[in-house]
Amino acid sequence: MLTNENNPFLIAGRKILGAAQTCGEMVVLMRRTFYWMGRTPIDRFSLFYQMVEMGNRSLPVVSLTMIFAGMVIALQTGYSSIRVFNEPLFIGAAVGHSIFKELSPVFTAMVFSGRVGAAIAAELGTMKVTEQLDALHTLGTNPVRYLAVPRFIAAILVFPLLVVYADLMGVIGGYIVTTVQLRISSTVYIEDITGINLNVFMHGFWKSFVFALIIVVVSCYKGFTTKGGAEGVGKATTAAVVLSMVLVLVSDYFVSAILVAFGIG
Amino acid sequence: MSGPLIRVEDLHKSFGSKIVHNGVTFELEEGQTLTIIGGSGSGKSVLLKQIIGLIRPNSGHIFIDGEDITALDEFELQRVQMKMGYVFQEAALFDSLTVGENVAFGLRTIMEAEKQHALKIARQKLSMVGLQGVENLKPSQLSGGMKKRVGIARAIAMGPEILLYDEPTTGLDPVMSDVVSDLILKLKEESGTTAIAVTHDMKSAYKISDKIAMLFEGKILQIGSPEEIQNSSNAIVRQFIAGSSRGPIPVPRI
Repeated sequence: MLTNENNPFLIAGRKILGAAQTCGEMVVLMRRTFYWMGRTPIDRFSLFYQMVEMGNRSLPVVSLTMIFAGMVIALQTGYSSIRVFNEPLFIGAAVGHSIFKELSPVFTAMVFSGRVGAAIAAELGTMKVTEQLDALHTLGTNPVRYLAVPRFIAAILVFPLLVVYADLMGVIGGYIVTTVQLRISSTVYIEDITGINLNVFMHGFWKSFVFALIIVVVSCYKGFTTKGGAEGVGKATTAAVVLSMVLVLVSDYFVSAILVAFGIG
Repeated sequence: MSGPLIRVEDLHKSFGSKIVHNGVTFELEEGQTLTIIGGSGSGKSVLLKQIIGLIRPNSGHIFIDGEDITALDEFELQRVQMKMGYVFQEAALFDSLTVGENVAFGLRTIMEAEKQHALKIARQKLSMVGLQGVENLKPSQLSGGMKKRVGIARAIAMGPEILLYDEPTTGLDPVMSDVVSDLILKLKEESGTTAIAVTHDMKSAYKISDKIAMLFEGKILQIGSPEEIQNSSNAIVRQFIAGSSRGPIPVPRI
């Protein structure tokens, strides 16, 4: 017999309502962040600190990830074209297109959500469970204004720059394999890369703003809504990373479709 | 001003199916200290958080200086919150800031004081709570008693009319508990601040209070002077202040 506990329709309904509520609350948080952005003098020290934390310290991981991503694309393209055409062709073009349009923004988003998103959720979550967010309220300071706004601005400024840096690292990775392993002239590879339309590069660049927005809003939201003690902080951190990654991958398709429809990339 | 500074009227609050407050009513005159006593989980801290506007009640009214804060929006509430200082149970100091920056926080962000001026006032407030030379330390370097006192210094930094203490002596040794109780009395005598404290510590409650209120099953069971509470004829109040497991208060079987 179906009860409230085992009725699949009720269980599914509750999950859907919960997901809809989470989405709605994240939109409200984003709106409140934009509201305070327009009404608060930016604390330059806090913004600079956040930008260094997010950007500078992500560089080693982004470098490693993207150099190897560029290397593997060059390797796969090179050997595939040797099998089909008996010589390695279009390696620069293949590396450039895949890195600029997809791999660089998506891989950087993965690194960013794992490193920066987790740190934001853990820090805000710890502040929540130790009543530091309540303390901010009692001292007349809105936590969204004080905590979310600098992180939001820093992420929107830093992430696209990281993506440009990731593009460069990917191209360098491709260059290493092309010239050292496949023994193709560097001139050919560089001509392939420089021949790529600017719109291909801009396709990934515009996407990066959307990904940054998703990661910072999800991470702040999960931090602000943390419940319980240390266990709650752990759960919020994991949820922030997982939800950010899923939303980045889902939105990637829709943003790509829109950009292509507008002739960008 | 005429009438009480704080008036709580028929306050109801529940979390899901758990009813926390079921018609809490009391008032407090300016300059008085009220201590709210009651068992663990009886809703003492929730009451304090409703008074400062951190939690909204389901129904009822809270008047601060004649203004019903339950009817205010976020921004109007912030104006009223500036009249109050809140001392958190675990101090809730900001980990990323030094002790001095913690105490100066409200002065810097709300009153927009210059950094050096705010830090000077912070040093004065820290000195008032018996702490010198700690302004450059991080909260993690302080003992429990020092954290409590820094929390008090932060709460009084902006000169509030009302101070709310959430378990000010919990977790401290008996001597340090007495130091904190003396500090609460000193602040009252020096600045005439109206205060509400929630505590289980009856020794501290008798020492600092003009009035004591017992919260039980979502309502104020009895409110009166420390002497009236000590000589209460109510069996629940008598059991609680005696700290006995035998009596009408339901306790878990062991």
